[in-house]
Amino acid sequence: MERVDERPFPPGDYDVVVVGSGPGGLQIAYSLARSGVARCAVLSRDPAPGGMFRRFPVYQRLISWTKPDAPFARGTREYEWYDHNSLVGDERSHRALAPEFMDRTFDVPARSEMEAALVEFATRGGVRVRYDCEWLSTRRDDAGFVLGTTDGEYRCSVCVFAIGVTEPWVAPIPGLDAAPHYVATQAPERYQGKSVFIVGKRNSGFELAQGLLPWARRIVLGSPRPVDTAMLAFSPLSMRYLSPYTEHIRGGSGSYVVDAAIERVERHAGGYRIHASGTTWEGELELEADEVIAATGFRAPVRDLPGLGVAMVNDGRMPAQTPFWESVSVPGIYFAGNVTQASPGLRKHGATSSSSSVNGFRYNARVLAEHIADRHFGLGRDSRRVRADDLVPYLLRELAHAPELWTQKGYLARVISAAGGGFCDEGIVPLAHFVDHEDGDACAVAVEYDAEGGIVPVVYVRRGGHLEEHSLPRHPMHAFLTEEHREELATYLEPLL
Amino acid sequence: MEAPAASIADALGRLSLFADLPHPQLEALAHSFGEEVFAEGQRVIRQDVTGGGFYVILDGEAKIVIDGQERTRLTRGDFFGEMSILTDEPPAADVIATSLLRCLVIPDNELKAFLLRQPSVMYRMLQVEARRLQAANVWNA
Repeated sequence: MERVDERPFPPGDYDVVVVGSGPGGLQIAYSLARSGVARCAVLSRDPAPGGMFRRFPVYQRLISWTKPDAPFARGTREYEWYDHNSLVGDERSHRALAPEFMDRTFDVPARSEMEAALVEFATRGGVRVRYDCEWLSTRRDDAGFVLGTTDGEYRCSVCVFAIGVTEPWVAPIPGLDAAPHYVATQAPERYQGKSVFIVGKRNSGFELAQGLLPWARRIVLGSPRPVDTAMLAFSPLSMRYLSPYTEHIRGGSGSYVVDAAIERVERHAGGYRIHASGTTWEGELELEADEVIAATGFRAPVRDLPGLGVAMVNDGRMPAQTPFWESVSVPGIYFAGNVTQASPGLRKHGATSSSSSVNGFRYNARVLAEHIADRHFGLGRDSRRVRADDLVPYLLRELAHAPELWTQKGYLARVISAAGGGFCDEGIVPLAHFVDHEDGDACAVAVEYDAEGGIVPVVYVRRGGHLEEHSLPRHPMHAFLTEEHREELATYLEPLL
Repeated sequence: MEAPAASIADALGRLSLFADLPHPQLEALAHSFGEEVFAEGQRVIRQDVTGGGFYVILDGEAKIVIDGQERTRLTRGDFFGEMSILTDEPPAADVIATSLLRCLVIPDNELKAFLLRQPSVMYRMLQVEARRLQAANVWNA
């Protein structure tokens, strides 16, 4: 008897096609399903949910925290700030799933715990995905796009690619292609007694170095850019990966962190020879190593999208995006997940978004679902009215506790429009979009880093086409519900009231 | 896993601003600071909004707009955003992409340290500023 294919979303015509079933794909699929967009297909080449967390990190421990217990109860909106690994759900039973799977050995989940939480989100949230259906090609037609897959063709007017940034990218260094990439790193015991040179000193490089400390004879990390210790001290990396750097600074002879442009890598019978030129020091280095690992990062597996006109950024590694995560060059093609880090936002004082990790891109995806529903299908959310006497207290509460604003500092904002003598809550919006689009009188609040790196609440007020920006006072406990904050905010909002 | 035809470091080396930097320093520059790409019509820096960076155009064109009036156009090799950083004031102009625009971006809080590390870039930047001042004086006269 012929087996019936019970998978959802057979090839055909849809409004939106989402590609991917990692955390970005699951979040956008979940949020789109609740946005009113009727025909939305979700495709994945994987056999099950989880995306990169089905494989990575290689040495199994994440760097983003989830606090099983926190000042706010699990399942509340405020709790999301303490749980950087769960996707965000509309119902209580879909929320705060990561801590349910953690054994509290660490306050960061293991890869398998993260994967289990994502599977659970897909199950409880009813996220339907056509698994084992691989996107292969893309072309335009009159109505929009045609996605070729292993199961046939999908037509749609809007595509969302949540395809991760997990394809190995090897820096264009002569000879480096002879060395394995991070993704091909073997079990740590295979490096016992060996001298290992790791090209790259960002997350993946330090992760490997840390994992190899108990095994390798010598570890050298090399790349042109010096480690920014001031920045690293406050990054998630500081929690786990900095022992190799500490050993280097203290002069141990087993671990080195070298600032050098790697000129070329030569393979020979006994291992590798690395030629490097100093960047923060003058001179050349020639090093021998038993093993070389290219921890030079990843790229998004964009297939033929550049051929369709999708502009790329960062050495061609990611698609360049607008503040609403749309391709800057091909309208109708959107992105979700880790790759939304290529929509940088205002980057005031150099601050980067959290869009490269689940805690940030889960909100991007939810905002994107509303944006697609509104802009492409006329399914605008009903704006909630805000009473004039509640405007200041409401915005202060958002500044104090909104997880979107606290996670995506200087990137996402709460926007309130003013029209006809009343106020409407326009929801969470990319700050760059608010600042750049003159849609009438409105205000927005965001939590930002100031020039000294302090956390400040900021309010933007647009009236008669003119935009003003005001910082409210810092507070040592980030308590923004003080009388001083209330009075200042009321003063700045006065023109709208 | 193919390598790109030309790396960012190579592209930077062809701009006059960075012409004196040896290859390792170009690599360090490319690894330290990111590239951003803007859609036609997108704003890059914003008049009166704090915290813009220092931008060097790698490809494409942009216009400088003050109070809604276009003042001048910028193209490959041109740079902008430094005035606001040097004076510690919000930008006095909008810069808006007039085509797909590709830039190297040095965040405002890192420009000073970068220029002090690379005096040859600072000197080339001063030469451009001197020419801009000269041109402005000619107009005023």
